[in-house]
Amino acid sequence: MLDGLRLRRLALRGAAGFALAFILLPLLLVTWLAFFRQEIPAFPPQGYTLHWFTTIPANRAFASGFWLSLQVSVAATTLGLLLAVPASLALARAGFRLRTPLATLLTLPLIVPGVVFGAAFYVGEMELEIATEWPLLGSAAGLVLAHTLLVVPWAMRLVGASLATLNPALEEAARNLGATPFTAFRRVVLPAIRPGVVAGALFGFVTSFGNLEASLFLVGPGQTTLPIAILQYLAWKIDPTVAAVSLLQILLLGTAMLVTDRFVKLSQVV
Amino acid sequence: MARLELESLSRHYGATVAVRDVTLDIPDGEFLVLLGPSGCGKTTTLRMVAGFVEPSGGSIRLRGEDITRRPPWRRNTGMVFQNYALFPHMTVAENTGFGLEMRKVPKAEREAQAREALRMVRLEALADRLPRQLSGGQQQRVALARALAIRPDVLLLDEPLSNLDAKLREEVRIEIRELQRRLGLTTIMVTHDQEEALTMADRLVVMAEGAIRQVGTQRDLYERPADRFVAGFVGRSTFLSGTVEAPGRFRTTGGLALACDPGAPPGRAVLALRPEAIGLDPPPHADNRLGGEVELLSYLGPVLEMHVRLSPEDRVVVHLANRAGLAAPRIGDRVALGWPAGAGMVFAEP
Repeated sequence: MLDGLRLRRLALRGAAGFALAFILLPLLLVTWLAFFRQEIPAFPPQGYTLHWFTTIPANRAFASGFWLSLQVSVAATTLGLLLAVPASLALARAGFRLRTPLATLLTLPLIVPGVVFGAAFYVGEMELEIATEWPLLGSAAGLVLAHTLLVVPWAMRLVGASLATLNPALEEAARNLGATPFTAFRRVVLPAIRPGVVAGALFGFVTSFGNLEASLFLVGPGQTTLPIAILQYLAWKIDPTVAAVSLLQILLLGTAMLVTDRFVKLSQVV
Repeated sequence: MARLELESLSRHYGATVAVRDVTLDIPDGEFLVLLGPSGCGKTTTLRMVAGFVEPSGGSIRLRGEDITRRPPWRRNTGMVFQNYALFPHMTVAENTGFGLEMRKVPKAEREAQAREALRMVRLEALADRLPRQLSGGQQQRVALARALAIRPDVLLLDEPLSNLDAKLREEVRIEIRELQRRLGLTTIMVTHDQEEALTMADRLVVMAEGAIRQVGTQRDLYERPADRFVAGFVGRSTFLSGTVEAPGRFRTTGGLALACDPGAPPGRAVLALRPEAIGLDPPPHADNRLGGEVELLSYLGPVLEMHVRLSPEDRVVVHLANRAGLAAPRIGDRVALGWPAGAGMVFAEP
């Protein structure tokens, strides 16, 4: 007879196993598909090949899409952190009544549907362009601005979480020993919240790199990010190239996460 | 000469007064303790000296210079925080050298001075450890070394011993006190622990509700408390409420007629008695001679504590020195107690 404790443990393991399978199955399928030999994916595979990986660099849309995505994500993550870290600090010092509404406001881009966000940004950039004659629409700068807004909520959340556990006396101790506010921040506060900053950067980067809906509105002619390139390719063909590209993207982001985890334990902040 | 003068220092938060009109003159090398219950304003006062809290009024002078509006990083005060606030990502040596680094002391000299500060607290062997690898007592000493390394004009101690266990606390008390005396450092310590305050201070300041109640030596506070609060906060006292009926005559609400200080003005008052001022089996001509019943007895080692009921309303605490040959009463025994009229301290009640 199963006693209650064993039953509970079994149920817990079952649920965990199911959730894990649910998360990993698409990844496994994409990985498998990337090596299929036939052009139209069908089960069972007729054989395996690395052919689809070799065609990627030759595909201009994927190659340039990858570079644009990388540039935009790096720029947006940098800008996002430059905004989010001071904002989190200000928020942590703000009065209680100000803190909650401001924190909610800054996480809004996470809640607004991506398409709506993209369309709104499109209209905004158009109005700005008309007003200032600055060719923002369709430029990389316009894309970076939008992606920055996508990075900010993640960075705010994670940096904020780090700041919340920071001992306020640390900064006072630094000032007491002769550090100006800026030096105290650089030498004491920043190292202490580094896990949050790194995790925020990583999540911001991943969000930006994988973003499709908002980018759709904002890219210029002949300029596409990787997710858009994949979408456009899929409109014409469904050969395993897409799976191969996706696998490379998964590997890139996965490596970034593993490398990050070596420096700060992500499980501590997220 | 690092003399520190606080003049009419106060701090309000909206309508709440945290510190009210604090004036203190702290001569060079003095160990001053701010003592009081939590919320009495002692920590706010200390933080105003450090520069973390801006005074709403009054001024602070250090070495004769007005530093009231000077930011903390230009004050040269060394502070030891209650939770130590060691920088977790720096080694013990880096923590200790931080203040010197901020003062742009060259590296070699800085390291030598940091090592010297660590030697003072006997921690030079742990210079390369990280704070989290140290025990609470060791962390506390690093915090002290870090504050001493900058050769501060004033050392500020914010409840520095409250996170240590009782045995260690006694050792560290003595260690800090000897170090402070040897270096001749002007020091302000904040504590709510009266024993800590009494063992460490040159002079004490008792605070309550944001204001100073009394400033003085241990003897001043114990033997001549300024008010009922001080009499209760420093040392123990039994309070008998009643009325001064005539010069030298006190009648308790329980109806006891007692001889008291003839200088006490007539009117409603409380009579405070130190437990050791009351004696067993007084001589027949004693000023006060009363009978009572022992209700509680505690053996405390050096003294025997007795709670004796003198009237339905009046009970006193008595400490009998635990000497050889003491015929210890038992619970329920009738005993005779007595004290000289001058032993009772009378405080007028509103």
